[in-house]
Amino acid sequence: MYVLAGCAVLLLGLPFYLERFWLQAGLFTMAAAIGAIGINLLTGATGQLSMGHAFFLAVGAYGYCVFAADGSDGLTGLGLPTWLAAVLAVAVAGLAGGLFSPIAGRLRGAYLGIATLALIFIGQHVLFNAGDLTGGFNGRDVPPLSLFGLTFDDRETVVAAVPFGSAEKLWYVGLLLLLVGALFARGVLRGRPGRALNAIRDHRIAAGVIGVPVARYRAGVFVLSSMYAGLAGVLLALVFQRTVPDYFGITLSLDYLAMIVIGGLGSVAGAVVGAAFVSLLPQLLTHYSDALPLVSDPGTGGIAPGEAARYLYGAAVVAAVLFLPGGLVSVAARRRGRPNPGEER
Amino acid sequence: MSTFAELLLNGVSLGSVYALIALGFVVIFRATEVVNFAHASLLLAGGYITASLHDDIGFWPALLVGIAGAALVGAAVEFLVMRRYRGTDHSVLAIVTIGVDILLTTELTRRIGTNVLSPGDPWGDAVLTVGPVSLAHTRIAAFAAATLLITAFLLAFRYTSWGVAMRAAAESPETAALMGVRLRRVSLGAWAVAGGLAAVAALFLTVFPTPGLERATSLAALKAFPAAILGGLDSTTGALVGGLLVGVTESLATGYQSDLSFLGRGLGDLAPYVVMVAILLIRPAGLFGTKELARV
Repeated sequence: MYVLAGCAVLLLGLPFYLERFWLQAGLFTMAAAIGAIGINLLTGATGQLSMGHAFFLAVGAYGYCVFAADGSDGLTGLGLPTWLAAVLAVAVAGLAGGLFSPIAGRLRGAYLGIATLALIFIGQHVLFNAGDLTGGFNGRDVPPLSLFGLTFDDRETVVAAVPFGSAEKLWYVGLLLLLVGALFARGVLRGRPGRALNAIRDHRIAAGVIGVPVARYRAGVFVLSSMYAGLAGVLLALVFQRTVPDYFGITLSLDYLAMIVIGGLGSVAGAVVGAAFVSLLPQLLTHYSDALPLVSDPGTGGIAPGEAARYLYGAAVVAAVLFLPGGLVSVAARRRGRPNPGEER
Repeated sequence: MSTFAELLLNGVSLGSVYALIALGFVVIFRATEVVNFAHASLLLAGGYITASLHDDIGFWPALLVGIAGAALVGAAVEFLVMRRYRGTDHSVLAIVTIGVDILLTTELTRRIGTNVLSPGDPWGDAVLTVGPVSLAHTRIAAFAAATLLITAFLLAFRYTSWGVAMRAAAESPETAALMGVRLRRVSLGAWAVAGGLAAVAALFLTVFPTPGLERATSLAALKAFPAAILGGLDSTTGALVGGLLVGVTESLATGYQSDLSFLGRGLGDLAPYVVMVAILLIRPAGLFGTKELARV
């Protein structure tokens, strides 16, 4: 309990001390954690392999832009209040998940994984070609969020002698969204739906026989997971302040799968830990590349920090599955003497 | 009409290359029930070895070394990683192959950098013209090589004891093991064969008219996924039909791009996936895949 309270105070206080670089890295982590929670509900808890998560992130990010922009840059914009735009963007991401569910409901395992791969390519095609909505190759600017008269942009407000720019202000929004998202997902997983989802993962037919409406749950979790991805997309867009289509490619989807495997499949904590690992690692390596052996600046012939990060987390995915089937969270659980979440199956 | 014939022939040739990749994919799936997302990096490995050696030792030896190298990489992945997994969940193993893919692809793209490596093939940019239809020599070579390899593979699959062991293991691993089939050797063999096939495919994905081996080549390999899936993951016939279907679709969509401009640019890359989704809607197990029957 004390540890939790300490963490909370630390997280709330960080914007007063950290520089912008680390705040942004933290915000990316929060967004990634929200998305990872979503995909962990789908892939970890229900056993539905999805490689199309980046598509739903893109729907969230671009949905927010379209709803919130006022059209002054020549692109389609509805000029809605930004909070409403964020809510609608999440809803549209869920709707996109729902539209895909006739396919998702019929396919299993690898077939589903590769069918969702199609979403990425269709998504990229739309992002590059629907210039009015997405700005094409160059992407489009993201209107800053404003809530109760407070605008989350770079006009500085000074709080306790610390200048608060967009990163500082968004930090609290991100924390709040992550907290709500994590608690909701934990509620889902610990309650009746969670047991039903795990039953579907472990034995679909047996689950159906004991009365779990398998098709409805599978469609439901797909929609829910897409909504989490949409929310992550909105947050990412707000942090980036500009959305570009290249970002939402297949690499992003693979990153999310790596996160939940490294962190731990099927749990909220696993998703958050994995998201922190995968999104902070490149930043750490970039920042301290001078001090690290074997890592050098890009273009000097050695291993660039980005590449070093990819080596490390590719290896982490392999190592996690082989030696640590419950992911990183299982280490903590074992130390506390609790049953390993990976062994509960 | 001649345009159509050209596009069709090109598509068939491209499709036979995709079929090679998809075949390796299917072989691994049949032997181990693992979906191998690292397939694209095996392909890149084979292509890289061929492309970087041909200056020193000549094209044909380089190709052989490339094939052997990719087979070795595949076998190494099986030996070092896949075999060590003690769980039973095959979708987790599929995610492991993603980890392997990240590792291999990062290493290879770092070595390739921004270069475009020539595969060093003897066909160059020569074009064969018959009446109104012209076709690059490389496309003919691709089709011939793919047909030869696929035929040899299918014959081996049918008549050699290796093929029988492979099919028995796919049918029922436990029974096969009891009958004396060494499952580990079977899956090692499957990975090696898949690597070798991918290396040949890599050659024909990088010859004329494409510029050569570059970072994006592994993206082209991703098109073998829809090929394998729409044919049915556990069917070798399916891999062939799927490969041809994807190749022809891509070729036609690229060729008639200007007539379909309202759908946007880059249609050729997209079309295979659209076809795949359409087929999966009607037949969730692919065209030739085994339908999963459940008896309750």
